[in-house]
Formats: sequence, C-alpha cells, structure tokens
Amino acid sequence: MFRYILRRLLQMVLAFFGTTLIVYALMFAGQGDPIQALAGERPVTEAQRAYLTEKYHLDATGVGGFFYRYFDYVKSLLQGDLGQSLTGRQIGDILQAAWPVTVKLALIALAVAIIFGVTAGVIAGIRRASIFDNSTLVLTLLVLGIPTIVLAPLAQYFLGVRWQLFPPTAGSEPTFYALLLPGIVLGSLSLATALRLTRTSVAENLRADYVRTARSKGLVKRRIVTVHVLRNSLIPVVTFLGVELGNLMSGAIITEGVFNIPGVGFNLFRGIRTEDGPLVVGIVSVLVVVYLVSNLVVDVLYAVLDPRIRYE
Amino acid sequence: MRVRRLAAWTALPLAVTLGLAACGSGGDGGSSSGSSAVSIQIAEPKHLVPTNTTETSGAQVLTGLFAPLVDYDAQNKPYEVAADSVTSSDNKVWTVKLKDGYTFHNGEKVTAEDYVNAWNYGAYAPNGQDSNYFFEKIAGYADLQGKAPKAKEMSGLKKVDDLTFQVTLSEPYIDFRTMLGYTAFYPMPDAAFSAPGVLKDSYEQAPIGQGPFKMKGTWQHDSKIEVERYDAYPGEKPKVKDIEFRIYQQLTAAYADVQADNLDVLPTIPTESLSTAPADLGDRYKTSPMSSFQFLAFPTFDKDYSNPDVRKAISMAIDRDEITKSVFKGSQQSARSFVSPVLPGYRDNTAGAAGEFNPTEAKKLYQAAGGPSKIVISYNGDGGHKDWVDATVNQLKANLGVDVVGSAEPKFADLLTKVEKKQPVGMFRMGWVMDYPTMEDYLGPLYSTNGSSNYYGYSNPEFDKLVKEGSAAKTQDEAIAKYQQAEDILAKDMPVIPLRFGENVFGHSSKVKNVEMDLFQRVNLVKIEAAS
Repeated sequence: MFRYILRRLLQMVLAFFGTTLIVYALMFAGQGDPIQALAGERPVTEAQRAYLTEKYHLDATGVGGFFYRYFDYVKSLLQGDLGQSLTGRQIGDILQAAWPVTVKLALIALAVAIIFGVTAGVIAGIRRASIFDNSTLVLTLLVLGIPTIVLAPLAQYFLGVRWQLFPPTAGSEPTFYALLLPGIVLGSLSLATALRLTRTSVAENLRADYVRTARSKGLVKRRIVTVHVLRNSLIPVVTFLGVELGNLMSGAIITEGVFNIPGVGFNLFRGIRTEDGPLVVGIVSVLVVVYLVSNLVVDVLYAVLDPRIRYE
Repeated sequence: MRVRRLAAWTALPLAVTLGLAACGSGGDGGSSSGSSAVSIQIAEPKHLVPTNTTETSGAQVLTGLFAPLVDYDAQNKPYEVAADSVTSSDNKVWTVKLKDGYTFHNGEKVTAEDYVNAWNYGAYAPNGQDSNYFFEKIAGYADLQGKAPKAKEMSGLKKVDDLTFQVTLSEPYIDFRTMLGYTAFYPMPDAAFSAPGVLKDSYEQAPIGQGPFKMKGTWQHDSKIEVERYDAYPGEKPKVKDIEFRIYQQLTAAYADVQADNLDVLPTIPTESLSTAPADLGDRYKTSPMSSFQFLAFPTFDKDYSNPDVRKAISMAIDRDEITKSVFKGSQQSARSFVSPVLPGYRDNTAGAAGEFNPTEAKKLYQAAGGPSKIVISYNGDGGHKDWVDATVNQLKANLGVDVVGSAEPKFADLLTKVEKKQPVGMFRMGWVMDYPTMEDYLGPLYSTNGSSNYYGYSNPEFDKLVKEGSAAKTQDEAIAKYQQAEDILAKDMPVIPLRFGENVFGHSSKVKNVEMDLFQRVNLVKIEAAS
C-alpha cells in the first residue's frame, strides 16, 4: 500500500508538470496579442505596451521565449508564488478568497446528491418497476437532459425572482440559505447519476447469493438491506462521489456565474474571457493538484471499502 | 493622437466578464437591504487610480470619491466644480484656479500641487498608466515618454500659488476646459505617494479623494466597494449616506437581483432581457441619452469601396429604423449624423439623402457607380453583434440584389489587426464613446489622416484643416462652425455609415428614486435618493 501511494505521488509530479506545460502553452500560444486583449477595444499606447511587455517578459519571442517564461513561472510556482494576474492582483490572494465559497458550494451540492440521490436510489432499487422507480427514472432522465445553463437561470427566475423563496443571488459572503439554491442546482446532476448508480447496484445485489443465504437463515428484510446490501452497493457510488467532489471543487462555471458566487470557476471563466493568461494558468495549476489528490484518495478508498482490492 | 474609448457597446459584455462575482447581499435577504446603503451594480474595476481608470466600473466608483474640476450641465456645456475658474486668453496657456475649502478625505487640504503631481504621475510612461495619452496636449509630454524618459515632470505644468496652477499646451486647444471633466484629471493627495512620483501600492485599495464620498474600509475584490458620505465636502451634498458598489460578473445575475429588490441600481439592462424588462420592471425601467455611436466603416483604400457613391448607395439600402426596432427593441436610436446628439453643435440628418432609406434609388446608384458584386461585413463575434449584422446583411441582399455575407472575427482586436494589415475584410463595424463632450472628440481621432482610430485610410486635407482650425479657434461658436463644416465633408465623402446612437437602458429597485445616468453610463451619486 505504502509503495503504491509513493509510486502514485511520483506519477503526480510528472502529471503536474505535463499538464501545466500544456495549459501554459495553449493559453499563451493561442493568444493573438495579450496586450491588446488586456486593453479591450481601445488602441494601446506605446508607453503602455512597453510597460506591459517588460512586466510579463513578453519581449522574448518564439520557442525560446516560451520556455523562458514557462520556467520562470514554474520557478516562482515552486516557491509558492502563483504570480500576478494581468490586472495586477496576486493570484494567490484571488484563490484564497475564492476557495472557501467554492468548497462550501461543493459540499452542499454533494450533500444534496447523497441525501436525496442515494436514498431514492435505494428505494427504487428495492421496489423495482414500481411507480416510484419509474417516476424517478423519468425525473432523472429529465435532469440529466437539461443542461445547467438552462436549469440554473430557470431555478433563479422561478424560485428567486417570481416566488421569492430564495435570494436570487448569493454573493461573496453568502449564508447557508443563500447557497442552498445554487447547491441544489449544482448537485442535481450528481444527484441524478448517484440515483441511477445506487438503484442499479442495489437491484443487482438483491439478487446476489449472499442475500438469498441471509434470507433463508431468517434475517429480517430491513437488516438485510441496511447492513448487507447497502454496504456492498455503495462501493461504486462512493467512487463516483469522490471523483465528483473533485469535479465540483474545480468550480461550477455556470452555476457560480448565474448566482453571482465569486468562487474558483467564476475566476477561471473571467480569466478565459479576458485572456488573462497568468490567472488561467494559476488556477488550472491548483486545480490539477486538486484533481490528482482527489483521484488518489478515491483509489485508496477503494481498497478500504473492498478488501478484495489490493495495491502493490 | 488622442485615443478614445472605442468600445462601449461591444465592450459591454467584455466589461461584464471583467467583473467577478460577488455581491454582499443576497445572503440572508440582504445584509445591505437591512441598512440604508444604496447598492449599485458594477463589474470588478481594473484599477482605481484616477490616471489608470478608463473603464466604466472604475470610473463609476471614482465619481463618488473625487470631484472633477469641471462637470457638464444639461446642455453638456462644462461648468466649474472643484475649479473656481479655468481661463485662457489664447487657448494655449490655461490658468486653473481652485476653489478654497476642498479637503482630501484624510484632512489634507487640496492644493495646486496635488493636481500637478497626479498629472505628472499619469503622464510618466514607465508608470504604465492607462490614461497616459490624455496628457499629450500638455507641453513637455513627449519628454516623459519612452523607456528611459528625459524628464519626470511636464514643462507645461506650473504651480503658481497654493490654489492656482498654469497649464501650457503644445498648441492651442479650445476644448481643454471641457476635457478637464475626465477621470484622468483628478488630483491625488500627498498621502498617495511614498516618494515623489512613486504611488503607494496600498493607495489603490482605498483611494483618498476630495469628492462627496469617502471609502469605508478597502476595496473588497470581486465582492464590493463601500463608500460613505464625506461631511466636509463643500460642494453639493449627496442625499444618501452610504453607497455599496456591488460587483457582479454577469449582468443577468444583477438583473434578477434588481427585479427582486435585492439590488438598487442596474446601470445596464442585459441585452437578452431588453424585450421583457419594461414589463418586468414597470416604471422602474428607464432610458436616457448616452454618447455611444455605432457605425460601419469602409476600407477606403480598397478599390471596391473607393467610390463615395458606392458607399452612399449601401447606406441608403439600410433601413435603420427597422433594425433599431426589431433587434434593439428601441434601446438605440437610428443615426444619420456623424456626431452624437448629446453634443452642442449636433445637427439632425447631416448625412442628407444618403441617410434616408431608399431602396430603389440605392440600387440605381449602386449599379451606376459599379459597386462590388459581393459585400462582406466583418464584426467581432464576442460582442453580441451578430443579430444586427445579420439583419443588415439581409436588407442589403434584398435591396441591392448582390451577394452579402457577414463574417465574424473572434475578437475586435483580431478585426483591427486584419484591417491594419489591409487584408480584405470588406466593411467592418466600429463603435465609439466619447470621453468628454466635444465634437472634436468624434471627428479628430476617427477621420483625420493621422487619427488614432482612423482604420479605414480616409484622408481629406480639407477635413484635417477644418478640424485643426476648430480646435485652435478663439471661441466655442467659431469652433463649432468649423467642426460642422468638417462634418459636412464627411457627409459628402461617406467614409463610414452612421448606424445608431446608444442610450442608457437601466433599472432600479423600488427602494430608490431620482436615479439619473450621465452620458458616460455612470449613475449620478449626488442626486440618487432613498424612496420612503
């Protein structure tokens, strides 16, 4: 186990450099003229151009210039300095302000997915082909079919503006209540997937040999379901939710935008729109780490949940 | 060359994305709505230093923190605010006398030196200030440019006494007094500088000004900027005590908030909500004049479009009223002149017959002049221009009987690069917003031979001469007469087709009244009142 984790960590280092290099290359190679992008639609004066060129080492051109800037960037990154965005703010500060709210939102979304998704999944799995099972099937298909970009504004309009059950936007220091609606919207997709996954898994396990054995030795149905079936059925669900948490933390660009939540996805979106290369690369570098770690944790969790799985 | 805000309409979506998330309220039904603070939507400002702020959101905050030397009245003529008088006998050497009694928010008295220091800081190229070019008319500006400038101070700026300073321009400019209303010409206190000519890093986080409001705490990035009334302000007192500039990334989020009374003022209604906004907001939906100007430019160096008759024919084949009605839902007005109607000196229909929609004449003229058999209209795809370009394309197709296509470039900068390289892009869209209300601001940069935003290669010595004479004129009336003659030349040559003038389309909550917007898309912070 220890050797496995060590090997994974070493791989992570490689993956980290690979991904940052690619993101860095894509972000800066695709740019027509970063200085012009920064100025928007105004012509840029010579003074301004010279100032920014020097500040962001844009004077060295070609492949050499690219690697010069990349290594310069990685060097300061390793020292914990994420650099400055094109508007002159420390990216570290931006992320520090953005993380807590994104994590909160992700946890709410995850809680929604677990509480409603897993519960409904278990019920649907036990009562296969019942009205409940069929109606959840239709509902989940509907949710999976509607993209967030439609669902979020609709929820905002009806629940926030029309009936005023929730505040329409959350803002920077939101209360739990204000984050609830965005959390539900964000979690609805994971909810639907978790529900389908749990249902299938429970349905399959109910037909397993050990359930028949348990039943024949006279165990009550409740005990069979809650102790034996549930535990075995949750393995794929936990894996899914683990990966999903990593996904959610990387920021929900659309949801955070619609509900005006200044989280990570929000900043990432702004960086992309304004061609703020340093900001995008900075955020993505951190996200890469989040992904790598959450994947590792999920893999290790596998072994913990299922003793048959061993890592060497 | 003076460079202007070429952006406005198109930059709007961009500006929106510049902002972040934020907003303090929402939360528990609004921490803000509990207090008396009036909340106004902005995007995350790029900078909050007067000489480094050129976008609307930053300028909106600065209008609260600073008082300009001059402001503009209902007719858009300048009148003195922080200045006592701005005078000149020859329009070259200007004397600015300051009103006594103005203090910065830290108690420091405002002196002539504060203006001189701030302007020199802005003009000094290595400081990389966005508004650098606003100082180019001042004598000695050139010495502060380049990588290693010769001087740190402009020779044309001289302090006379504590409340008087003298500005010498490199050549006479009649509109200098009007120009002083722009954001770049605010003063900065001694406390802003850590050493002469070196701005403190912390200044931008809580700018100290001499205006009706002072900062409450610091700039909370991506969230909000709070200001409160500065009681020692000698000018017109604001009616509200606290204002919260709440930062949004998406206008649609702000629009939802303003409908739910969660946000007090939304200066720009998002385009997708324009058709429903009058019904959603009722009498809280407002419009007012604004200075933006949208037009289609011709690459006059391209022989397809070098004949003015071809350009006029295309102009006549466009039904502007139909497009403003169906695409813009009346939120913009048809334009048939080359300067904005908000300006002194504006005249209706200067484009004459070429501005009237007349499909039969247009087709006749187009064929007689030998117009190209295929017309391309290029635009930037990120600015929400597709709808009206498509409508224009269809109109031209139907009315001229030739093949017309719209071609989208990813960004405006890409479009301009292609135009500068004289690649065949066909006609292309442009937009313009003034920085201060003079006709020269619309004519000089856009159409003079060396104009900073003359991308279409238009050159007419007669026109150049008239604009130059206008800025060097002795009186405003004389200047306007010259500018108007210059505009008449444009009508004859038609280097661009005027399409639309913009309007502020804004909304407010039921908790505020007297919401007024100026020509620069900024809310008037002194006039706004809480509704009780």
